[in-house]
This record gives sequence, C-alpha cells and structure tokens, in this order.
Amino acid sequence: MLKKSLKQRQSPLSSPEHQLNVLANGIFKKGGLPSFKTNLEKSNLFPLKPNPIEILQINLGYMCNQVCAHCHVDAGPDRKEIMSKETMQLCLEVLKKSNVTTLDLTGGAPEMNPNFRWFVEQAHKIGVQDFIVRSNLTIIMANKKYHDLSEFFKNHNIHVISSMPHWTKGKTDKQRGDGVFNLSIESLKKLNKIGYGLKNSNLKLDLVYNPSGAFLPTNQNSLELDFKKALYDDFGIEFHSLFAITNLPISRFLDYLIASENYEDYMYALVEAFNPKAVDNVMCKNTLSVGWDGYLYDCDFNQMLNLKLKDPIAHIKDFNETVLQKRTIQISQHCYGCTAGAGSSCQGAVV
Amino acid sequence: MSKTYYDPADLKKFGKITEWNEELGTKFFDYYGKVFEEGALTSREKSLIALAVAHVVKCPYCIDAYTKDGLERGITKEEMMEAVHAGAAIESGATLVHGVQMMNKYDKLSM
Repeated sequence: MLKKSLKQRQSPLSSPEHQLNVLANGIFKKGGLPSFKTNLEKSNLFPLKPNPIEILQINLGYMCNQVCAHCHVDAGPDRKEIMSKETMQLCLEVLKKSNVTTLDLTGGAPEMNPNFRWFVEQAHKIGVQDFIVRSNLTIIMANKKYHDLSEFFKNHNIHVISSMPHWTKGKTDKQRGDGVFNLSIESLKKLNKIGYGLKNSNLKLDLVYNPSGAFLPTNQNSLELDFKKALYDDFGIEFHSLFAITNLPISRFLDYLIASENYEDYMYALVEAFNPKAVDNVMCKNTLSVGWDGYLYDCDFNQMLNLKLKDPIAHIKDFNETVLQKRTIQISQHCYGCTAGAGSSCQGAVV
Repeated sequence: MSKTYYDPADLKKFGKITEWNEELGTKFFDYYGKVFEEGALTSREKSLIALAVAHVVKCPYCIDAYTKDGLERGITKEEMMEAVHAGAAIESGATLVHGVQMMNKYDKLSM
C-alpha cells in the first residue's frame, strides 16, 4: 500500500515535464502510434476549441487523507498545496459575474482545506444550479471534526460525488488503501440515512468508478446496475448514478503503468478506442479548472501536467469569459483517456 | 519471422485476417460481434462462458482477451476461476466419460 506521494518520494514522475516527455516519446515517436493531435486532425477536430464555460472546477488543494494508487493529482497527507482564502475570494467573484451553472470542488480531499466550510457557505449564498463536492467518503469518518460533514452537505444542498472502484472490499482497498472500503460503506450509510442517494431524493449522491488496473471501463449503464445491486444486496446502500471514468496515463497511474510494464499496451488500447464522437463532449469543452494557486487550466489533468492557460488570461484574477472562449485547448497524449470508447469526463461517459 | 508460435502482439493484428479474404473475414467479425451483444444472456454471462471456453481450447490470445474483458466488466477473480473450473470439469468429464468406452471394450474382449 502506498504511503507517500511521488513528490515526497522524489520520483522523476512527480515532475510534469518528465510526464509530458514520456507521453511525447516512446511509442508515440515517429512511426509508432499517432499523436492525439494527429488523430484530431484526421477527424477535422483540430484545434480543439471550447464551448461556453458551464462548469467551474476548483481544486482546493492536493492534501488528502488517502494515498490512492491511481491518483492523477499525486495527492496525499504529505502534500501541502492548499488554496488560500484570498484565491477563494477571487473564485467567488467569478461565480457572481459569470454564467457558470455548476461549481465542482475537488482536491485532494477538498474538506481538508481549513476554509472549506467558509467557501461552501459563501458560494451557496451566491447560488449555483449544481454544487458538487468530490468527497472521498473516508474523510467523513477520518476525524471527529469531519463527522458532521454529511449534515453540512445537506444544509447547503451539496451534490456529493464519491469514488468507489468496486463493490468488493479487496479491489477497493487495493486501489485506495487498507480499510477504505469499510469506511466508505459506513459513510454511504450515513449519507443514505439523512436522505442522500435515495430514490426521488433531491440530495444527489453519485459514485465514480475508476478501473483498478491497466484496463478501460466497460459500459457505464451495466456497471451501474451491477454496483446498485451489489451495494443494495450486501449493505442496503442506495445511490443515484455511477460515472465510469477512464484512468488517464499521468502521475501515479502513469507510474503504475510503467512499473507494471503495462504502459504500451494501455496506450495502444486508448488509441485504438479513440472515438471522434467523444471529442464533442469532453469536459475541457465546457469546464474551466482552477488550481490551488489560482492558475487556470483546461481540465484537472492539464492542471497536474502544469499546462497552464496561456496569456492573456492565465489566472483567476484576470477571468474574462469572452476572452477565454477564444482560447485553444492544450492537448497531449493523455487526452486519449477522455476520448476512448464512450469517452470519459468527471461526469462519466460522454457518448 | 517470430521464433515462437505465439506472440501477444499478434492479437492486435487479428483484424488483418480480413485482408486475405474480405468476405469471410467480415462475416466472421460481424457474427462474432453479434454473438456477444446483450441477448437472452447478458454480455457479462457470455464473457464468462468465453473465458471458460478459452481455457478449454487453450487459446492464449482468448485467455488474455477475456481476462481483460472480465476485469473491465467488474467480474471478480472468484467468478473467473469458477468459470475456468466449469470448463475444466467438462473437459475432464469428456475425457473420463470415454472411460466407459474403455470399460465396454475391455469387457467385450475379456472372457
């Protein structure tokens, strides 16, 4: 089981430049697999341009109580990058003046940011149609100070989205750490108890499925049926939707792929499954990602690869919807992860 | 030319068989795709049957393909191993049931 982030271990793969280098070379060198750009060009989809911004996804920091094997953020207890209250204030200003309809808080464990509750309260006052917190579930049980989080979510009409790689303990703990499955089950029961995830309830509770290994997710609907049946039969747990998300070959998942000698086959599978129809709905088209330090990115994955938006608007303090609309989305081979098969986004399949 | 009979990379080239006979190759892949669609049996059930058969016919390509397919579908290793045993039981049963033929012949030839 992992205890430390790549950064803490001083792994070369903790460097975004090194990751981009891996993704640009090897099997993608001339004569090998086609680059993502080549495939977009073939489908007349290059350059990739955004639609109007609907989702503001804010990364409140890389600190997390878990060290998941596949984490694209390289999050963990040893990560100290945390969004300041000043940057949060800038995000709130943007929320007031933009046409954003969905606010999506992520991390690390966003709840570990000391100003998390203040920020949620302020954003709730401004009002957004869909207010998402990506909660890892175990945080609710991690410490006394988090025990009332489920009630806090309810009071602010938070849409909770949580990761659950499998309905069995063995697979979940292998990906997310020992004991994670049992704690997640306890948290889900707690959320169900106050109305989250129940049929016809407005308190939305969705689960995210990431494959626990070097393979792609299958049909989202059939996985949802399997998850629903197993979690209800075994634990009486209910939830609304399951989002199947493909693991992108960056950060800790890239480290795993290389160490297990699965990298080339995995990239081959992603490229083979390239679906031009999925490109229309990838999340970078309608999402803007804000880093812990206020810098802007096309998505959370580009954030981890340090592919910042280019001038004139690189930071949340300079936010301007009209100008941002004209940008070109930055791509590399990791983008194949979002366009394979039925596609993949923070809201699951896109086709 | 490969020095081994099986090369994992050949699985990716399976589609190429169509190049030497387009009509039959295309018909085969259409048929194959149709067989594994949801029907009276779920795709999940068909995947487990395919895994069991893959072992019985001892096809390394098929074993790789349907182990991965099972993982993608969330099929557990316990389910996979039970499927392999189901295949193995039929295969060994098929061998052993010929023992009756042996016994019949033995009895017929013996005084």
